[in-house]
Amino acid sequence: MTHAGTTAPTTAPTPPGADLPEHQESLWRSAEPKRSYDVVIVGGGGHGLATAHYLAKLGITNVAVLEKGWLAGGNMARNTTLIRSNYLWDESAGIYEHALKLWEGLEEDLGYPILFSQRGVLNLAHTEQDVRDSVRRVEANKLNGIDAEWLDPDEVAKVCPIVNVSGDIRYPVQGATFQARAGIAKHDYVAWGFARRASEAGIDIIENCEVTGFVADGDRVTGVRTTRGDIAAGTVALCAAGHTSVLLDMLGVPAPLQSHPLQALVSELLEPVHPTIVMSNAVHVYVSQAHKGELVMGAGVDTYNGYGQRGAFHIIERQMAAAVELFPVFARAHLLRSWAGVVDVTPDASPIVGATPYENVFLNCGWGTGGFKATPGLGWAFADTVAHGRPHPLVAPFGLDRFVTGALVDEHGAAAVAH
Amino acid sequence: MQLIACPWCGPREEIEFSYGGQAAVAYPADPASLSDEQWARFVFFRDNPKGPFAERWVHSAGCRRWFGAVRDTRTYEFLSVGPLSATTARTSVLPEATP
Ligand SMILES: Cc1cc2nc3c(=O)[nH]c(=O)nc-3n(C[C@H](O)[C@H](O)[C@H](O)COP(=O)(O)OP(=O)(O)OC[C@H]3O[C@@H](n4cnc5c(N)ncnc54)[C@H](O)[C@@H]3O)c2cc1C
Ligand SMILES: [Zn+2]
Repeated sequence: MTHAGTTAPTTAPTPPGADLPEHQESLWRSAEPKRSYDVVIVGGGGHGLATAHYLAKLGITNVAVLEKGWLAGGNMARNTTLIRSNYLWDESAGIYEHALKLWEGLEEDLGYPILFSQRGVLNLAHTEQDVRDSVRRVEANKLNGIDAEWLDPDEVAKVCPIVNVSGDIRYPVQGATFQARAGIAKHDYVAWGFARRASEAGIDIIENCEVTGFVADGDRVTGVRTTRGDIAAGTVALCAAGHTSVLLDMLGVPAPLQSHPLQALVSELLEPVHPTIVMSNAVHVYVSQAHKGELVMGAGVDTYNGYGQRGAFHIIERQMAAAVELFPVFARAHLLRSWAGVVDVTPDASPIVGATPYENVFLNCGWGTGGFKATPGLGWAFADTVAHGRPHPLVAPFGLDRFVTGALVDEHGAAAVAH
Repeated sequence: MQLIACPWCGPREEIEFSYGGQAAVAYPADPASLSDEQWARFVFFRDNPKGPFAERWVHSAGCRRWFGAVRDTRTYEFLSVGPLSATTARTSVLPEATP
């Protein structure tokens, strides 16, 4: 510090903050749209970005990811980041377990921290029917090579001491399934990591570019109309999540999707109290504790259709009531903020991936409340689908045609509230 | 909390109501003649517009009567409410009107 009367320093004064580290360089190039690409991916959420990353690995880099808003501003950076693969049916086990294996090596693949933390998930059972369904799911998971255990209430309390396993609550905990390899990750870092890698490979990531129409020629689409001009496309890959119906309406392709608000909330930052993830379909809440210390909670969708990225307050109120019932220690925690995304729900709670009536347009949607966990697995299989012009075997069971053949993949039991 | 104007009871809190999805999905006149595609359409496919949507609602915790509404799915604002006309009733789901 110089004082009045002392000699002024000879060097020029430095501006405030000059001692702070340099602001990080952009992680991806902000590209101007070219007039033509081999592949145009519509939607810059996790799925669109992961698809771009795995296309680059297949040597396909004349690719654009078009995002109407900002990168990961849809559901990708709004989800509660639960990752697990303990779904009931073989078809789901295939894609979700493939995704989980990719998650286990993703930080290394992306060369970017994603804070993937395999802290396990407890899916609580509260009724005799819950118990039967849960034990069945554990056995189905084991047959598919997925780690799964059935725990009685005392074992549940050992994994997560703050769960109320006493008999004096409305729906006492009868036990739980436990998948130890399940976990959480930092969703925005995941998106940035994929974007950085794809961009390095030469793929254009174009934000503030909304697809407003398609140019079709018979059963092919030759390009997309956007708010930044028309762009020709060899192949179009739709990854627009909650807004897929808006795009399919432009193409005249019907799909059994309903867009719903899905809300989540966080508490203020707290000391680490919650070592795992707890989900309860019957009491209707799920909770984990984020790296910084917020309790992260979610539940089911708002019942009506909605594209508003906000939901009704009574939904939040109910999920907090459920959380306090299961975790009495949360009673004095404060709600910090709540928000919503727009999720695309299907009749069987499974995604829709694969062909459309247009030979060069591929569809990826319908992940509803649970597509974050699938991000790398879907990106991997969808890139292969787009590159070879036919569904990869891991996504083949999820075609639009299953609603006509009746070969549904009914995951309501494993996925209704669960994310 | 949003207030919904039941055509019979007037404005009531949203939690008193249940959602019935798209209105005017008529039960097929001759079900046996439908192709698999047509059945799939009837059973699974509903419109999903971003904007005004004609819907069915029921005042479950009030008069328990069904009604029709046009609601904007962007803002969730109810643009109009009124009785379900005979043509918009879905006979497979709607309760019989018992005296
Ligand atoms: C509150 C909440 C909690 C969730 N919790 C979990 C969880 O714990 N675990 C889990 O596995 N899943 C969870 N999900 C679901 C998961 O987030 C989604 O299934 C997944 O993010 C969908 O894939 P995406 O990341 O590509 O979607 P999005 O990030 O929504 O990407 C779609 C993108 O397409 C863009 N787009 C749409 N229309 C156009 C257009 N016309 N032109 C250009 N761009 C367009 C959108 O702006 C958006 O960025 C949750 C979702 C929400 C909302
Ligand atoms: Zn009423």
